[in-house]
Amino acid sequence: MTAPLTAGFADPVLDSQRCFRSVLDGMARPGRIHTVSGVIPPAPLCSAAAAVLLTLADHETPLWAHADFAPARGWIAFHCGVPDAADPARAVFALSMGLPDLAGFNPGTHEAPETSATVIVQLPSLTGGAPLRLRGPGLRDSVLLAPIGLPADFVIVWRRNRGLFPAGIDLILCAGEELAALPRTVAIEEA
Amino acid sequence: MAVLARASDAAIAERLDACGPLPAFERVRGPEQGLVMARGRTGGGGAPFNLGEVTVTRCTVRAANGLIGHAYVTGRNGRHAELAACVDALMQDTACTETVERIVITPLEAAEHARRAATAAKAEATKVHFFAMQNMRT
Repeated sequence: MTAPLTAGFADPVLDSQRCFRSVLDGMARPGRIHTVSGVIPPAPLCSAAAAVLLTLADHETPLWAHADFAPARGWIAFHCGVPDAADPARAVFALSMGLPDLAGFNPGTHEAPETSATVIVQLPSLTGGAPLRLRGPGLRDSVLLAPIGLPADFVIVWRRNRGLFPAGIDLILCAGEELAALPRTVAIEEA
Repeated sequence: MAVLARASDAAIAERLDACGPLPAFERVRGPEQGLVMARGRTGGGGAPFNLGEVTVTRCTVRAANGLIGHAYVTGRNGRHAELAACVDALMQDTACTETVERIVITPLEAAEHARRAATAAKAEATKVHFFAMQNMRT
């Protein structure tokens, strides 16, 4: 059963530019939490993840979505016009409840690292979990991010992903109206 | 839908007012403008070709009862697309399909026919009967 169709951005131009700026800044400064509001998507999609999809996804970017998001598929298809990627390896964007198996997604190639997949990870909260220490480009010193809902072996999974550089998967963590990005360049260790 | 797309926004609004109290409508998407490539085919059987781009406005609304109406109209008139979408949503409600058909669609269709007939009649008056010229010569 699909949820009733609700509106997307109230002002599609300005709201998507604002959200784009948040994602851009989030990628440039890993771990910084941005607030994106103004979208009321159908459950279980959170509004930050919905805003990111409205801003970035379109007919040229196949989306792989976790089965839990089935009630929101109609909403995403209507507003973004994204094709469905049944095979995660063909997806440009992925939408997941918790961390998916990153090995299934396209990490790009050394010649074209920009073709890699970006995974939107929906979590219960970006604060209050076990703290992770982030270092890397965009961070003068280290910063702490404490999301709830990442697996216990996330640091090991991430080390493997970072080893693929310049290829690799980028993550956008979303919870409620908040988002933070983890680009492939960031080094993560348990704090 | 074709009737609504050809009618003017003022005409649709006038007919909708005649329907009496309407449910509240919420905009789900748009009205927004875009381009659609119109394709043609010579003689109906030739190879398709791109005739040119047409400006199209689309709108999707949701009525208070949850029914969704969509509309695409040519041009840049957002109000026109929105009104057409509202009529689309109303038409899906089985309780008022007939009323809307009677009060909105039928008069608009009749007006469209009358407009076409008037244009055709004006054109008809200027028709040259070539046999007359032929007769004058002989």
